[in-house]
Amino acid sequence: MSILLDAGTRVIFQGFTGDKASFHAREALEYGTRLVGGVTPAKGGTTHLGLPVFDTVKAAVRATGATASGIFVPAPFCADAIMEAADAGIRLIVCITDGIPAQDMIRVKRYMRRYSRERKPVLIGPNCAGIISAGKAMVGIMPGHIYTRGRIGVVSRSGTLGYEAASQMQAVGLGISTSVGIGGDPINGSSFVDMLALFETDPETDAVMMIGEIGGPQEAEAALYVRDYMTKPVVGYVAGLTAPAGRRMGHAGAIISAFGDSAAEKAEIMRSSGLTVAPSPSELGTAMAEALGRRRSANMAIHA
Amino acid sequence: MDIHEYQAKELLANFGVPVARGGVAYTAEQAMFRAEEIGGSRWVVKAQIHSGARGKAGGVKLCASEHEVRLAAGELLGRRLVTHQTGPAGKVVHRIYVEEAASIEREVYLGFVLDRREERVCVVAAPQGGMEIEEIAQRSPETILREVIEPAVGMQPFQAREIAYGLGLKPSEVNQAVKALLGAYTAFRDLDATMVEINPLAVTSAGKVLALDAKMTFDDNALFRRPGVSELRDYAEEDPRDAEASKYGLSYIALDGSIGCIVNGAGLAMATMDMIKQAGGEPANFLDIGGGASPERVAAAFQLVLSDPRVRVVLVNIFAGINRCDWVAQGIVKAATDIGVPVPVVARLAGTNMQQGRAILRESGLRIITADTLADAASKAVAALNQHSADGPALVATATRGAA
Repeated sequence: MSILLDAGTRVIFQGFTGDKASFHAREALEYGTRLVGGVTPAKGGTTHLGLPVFDTVKAAVRATGATASGIFVPAPFCADAIMEAADAGIRLIVCITDGIPAQDMIRVKRYMRRYSRERKPVLIGPNCAGIISAGKAMVGIMPGHIYTRGRIGVVSRSGTLGYEAASQMQAVGLGISTSVGIGGDPINGSSFVDMLALFETDPETDAVMMIGEIGGPQEAEAALYVRDYMTKPVVGYVAGLTAPAGRRMGHAGAIISAFGDSAAEKAEIMRSSGLTVAPSPSELGTAMAEALGRRRSANMAIHA
Repeated sequence: MDIHEYQAKELLANFGVPVARGGVAYTAEQAMFRAEEIGGSRWVVKAQIHSGARGKAGGVKLCASEHEVRLAAGELLGRRLVTHQTGPAGKVVHRIYVEEAASIEREVYLGFVLDRREERVCVVAAPQGGMEIEEIAQRSPETILREVIEPAVGMQPFQAREIAYGLGLKPSEVNQAVKALLGAYTAFRDLDATMVEINPLAVTSAGKVLALDAKMTFDDNALFRRPGVSELRDYAEEDPRDAEASKYGLSYIALDGSIGCIVNGAGLAMATMDMIKQAGGEPANFLDIGGGASPERVAAAFQLVLSDPRVRVVLVNIFAGINRCDWVAQGIVKAATDIGVPVPVVARLAGTNMQQGRAILRESGLRIITADTLADAASKAVAALNQHSADGPALVATATRGAA
């Protein structure tokens, strides 16, 4: 059983009948995802891609038993869509849409606090590539073919840099268990720490690749979490060594505005917390292979 | 999006934040007229550019007569002000603000920010007004007061009182400060700001609390529902290339190097810049073409990157998910045929529709240097740059239809 998303997970898409959602729904179906329908208000009762369309998430959940949702609705309506999914009992909410107002995300995070730890859904994103459990299922916008089934977990802010990691690992013969894009917004659903905790207890994952960028406290918090709680090796990389301070680098969250926000500072915290830090973005795959090799020889030394 | 001080003060005043009487002026005559309108005997003439630390740069002048106001305004208008926030190029003053001068007893710092750790709005206050918060945080962090706002109910009066008493304000000043704090928070929330700074919030010798300077930054993602805010945009304050970029849905930041970058995804764009540096080059820009980029958008990206005369090589790095390599390839061909690309182009295409994209480049007859990996692309770009420089000053038209 993979973390969050498995071959049997029943998935719906919100904003299902839009162009981008339709394109990625086809890709998801082709990949083997158990997509069971979708939601577009005012289009309930019709079918799309041979699947039923519902007016509300509650109706979709009642009819299909869905437990995961991929959200593709436009940014102005996205906070509402996330809360609707949570209220309907969806367990995994993956919000692909970018450009959601920060104060909408504050409200979403506040709303999520009404759930107890057991009932609280996992929100991935927004402004992310989504999640893929290699060879099983995907809810997102990633190119599925670059993920070989394997035992490395990937968590990345950036979607495309996550693809880069997957293809580099494919090139050195390493496969992926699950890859999660947590998104580039300043306030997002799940943090690096949330995903690291899941990978640590996942029997299908042996090691984790964590790809951060400039801005915000999450990478440093994750590094300390790795130091204190993780037994599996973690390889880290932080994009933006050449980024100037005070400028927003594309992602709303990617800005050096406080102490500890820069790539060099984050990489240093990672290194001092015991992570293997990839020296450049072209060495993500080889850094992981080396970290695994070191772990293996260390284990052999213990057993010898 | 940033706005001017006088605009921020107008907005804040609508939410009950006390500000001094003042008015904007575009000419020296208007400034003099403003001074007369405001009345009194002392005025402050302040340059309106999107930057703090204007006082230190000579952008704030105290005047004791209407004639002095006129002279000060005439001197400031059209002048280029350089502060540590504007960069060495500085910014030209097109507007000034004339304000009634107040005699100041005390100054404190007040700021409202999005706290990423708390995932909420946080009020930051400090007893040393006029200093930058970064400086206060370094010199005397223990004096900084913080209140995190619960989004479901908003800022409560007790939180404002905590700050007012914490700053050591006199009982007669506390109620005024509470009103200013609650008003500024409501403005932050209702206008979708990401930052509000009142620095300093002053107490006058008459015991009145006043916002002496104000700065507001707004959430670009929320402008769709704030037409009143977006009409305050001052394009003269922005890099024209930024405006051009946002028209096409591109996100572009100019840097100092010579290798232009066209990449999809902010993270990959930063990583590509890092890789160029590692390979011995310097990136000329950050550019993210975003998701689902059309050939037109890619061609616009070329135009933008090539508008920087320092660019000697263009590196295209695409790892397509929601994008399509064939569209990107069509965009490269379109740029070469429509606008002409007078410098070498290195293209690395991977992901969705990669084969179609590579085929389009191959069949275009353009001499594009192709690369398979990120490292390969960066080293080929640096090699092309060196090659290019070795050829002397003449530009080699590599990416035009070659007869070879």
